[in-house]
Amino acid sequence: MTLTVSMTVNGESVSADVEPRTLLVQMLREHLGLTGTHVGCDTSQCGTCVVHVNGESLKSCTMLAVQAEGADVTTIEGVADGETLHPMQQAFHENHGLQCGFCTPGMIMSSLDLVKNNPDPSEREIREWLEGNLCRCTGYHNIVKSIDAGAKAMRS
Amino acid sequence: MYNFEYKKAGSVAEAASIIGADADAKLVAGGMTYIPTLKQRLAAPTTVVDMNGLGDLAGISVAGDTVTIGAMTRHAAVACSADVAAAIPALADLAGHIGDPQVRNRGTIGGSIANNDPAADYPAGLVGLGATVKTNRREVGADDFFIDMFETALEQDEIVTSVSFPKPVKAAYMKFPNPASRYAITGVFVAQAHDGVRVAVTGAGPCVFRVAAMEAALSSNWSADAVADISVSADGLNEDIHASAEYRAHLITVMAKRAVAKAG
Repeated sequence: MTLTVSMTVNGESVSADVEPRTLLVQMLREHLGLTGTHVGCDTSQCGTCVVHVNGESLKSCTMLAVQAEGADVTTIEGVADGETLHPMQQAFHENHGLQCGFCTPGMIMSSLDLVKNNPDPSEREIREWLEGNLCRCTGYHNIVKSIDAGAKAMRS
Repeated sequence: MYNFEYKKAGSVAEAASIIGADADAKLVAGGMTYIPTLKQRLAAPTTVVDMNGLGDLAGISVAGDTVTIGAMTRHAAVACSADVAAAIPALADLAGHIGDPQVRNRGTIGGSIANNDPAADYPAGLVGLGATVKTNRREVGADDFFIDMFETALEQDEIVTSVSFPKPVKAAYMKFPNPASRYAITGVFVAQAHDGVRVAVTGAGPCVFRVAAMEAALSSNWSADAVADISVSADGLNEDIHASAEYRAHLITVMAKRAVAKAG
């Protein structure tokens, strides 16, 4: 049995026929082809699958697609303005905030939720906020620098 | 994940009638435990009843010395609530250290306590403060609500609707978190509660429990020193790759001392 699920993803109305057990991340990647959202651990710990649903960051591997019916979803593909990187993406680029890059979409989506509520986070606040985002290249130092720089750029 | 029927609940009564008629139909609230459980095929429900559309189950209100939190209130909402921070700061602090920000944006108090994971934080908060759980059928005191590992006093068609917390004189929660999941390897909630001193331990045993010896000691001398020499037996405590039963027993005393010091 499939259900038709409709939502707004990166400003566009989309719909797909999914099973009740289809995860939001599966719908994004496999039905909509938005493969910027990654699946790392698949156990809600690593944070590579973080997207925004109705403005809040959450782990799309731990939400059913049907639960996002009618929701406004933003993925990493919806962050840049055309060819112009979002200030947070640009900050990751300039501060070498990635090595392999696998965790980066989740890091950026998570950090944008942090900055939304806390435009000038301290280093400690950034590190605490990244509790749910793992980087296995152990690149946290530059990721924290990137988020600090990105937040600064977004303030100006 | 095995497949299932999906039903978005329109009311508590509708959800109760579905799970009352079918023992294999289950509720999902935030899904922070239940969806991973489904993914591991540890559960095979016929129908998943989604409580997320029930906005009237979410919200925080303060009346007199009582803070009432709706069952579908997210951990992030409790952590950020100025009302909770003013009335029971230890409860806001507890909610703000559950999982990670994305888990807190989704997980709910009702889901957490109905699931009764032995390492969940909220059971310690409820028992430590002497809270009352309200369901669609009755009110149950926290001491009687948590029965055993993943087991509560809830009947098959019973649904948590809110939890009421009496304001304590002072309280604090300290946990030794698992470094990956932030579940409590051992967490201790201490309070000078409305009905006396309470010391509630989560993570260490199969289910939240109180430590009478610590409560008696703290009743006559509210200080970290009062509990420093009180040890809890390792018999029956949890043992896994993260910590032995003896280690957890040791942590109970350490976390109790730190919680009392934090409460001031």
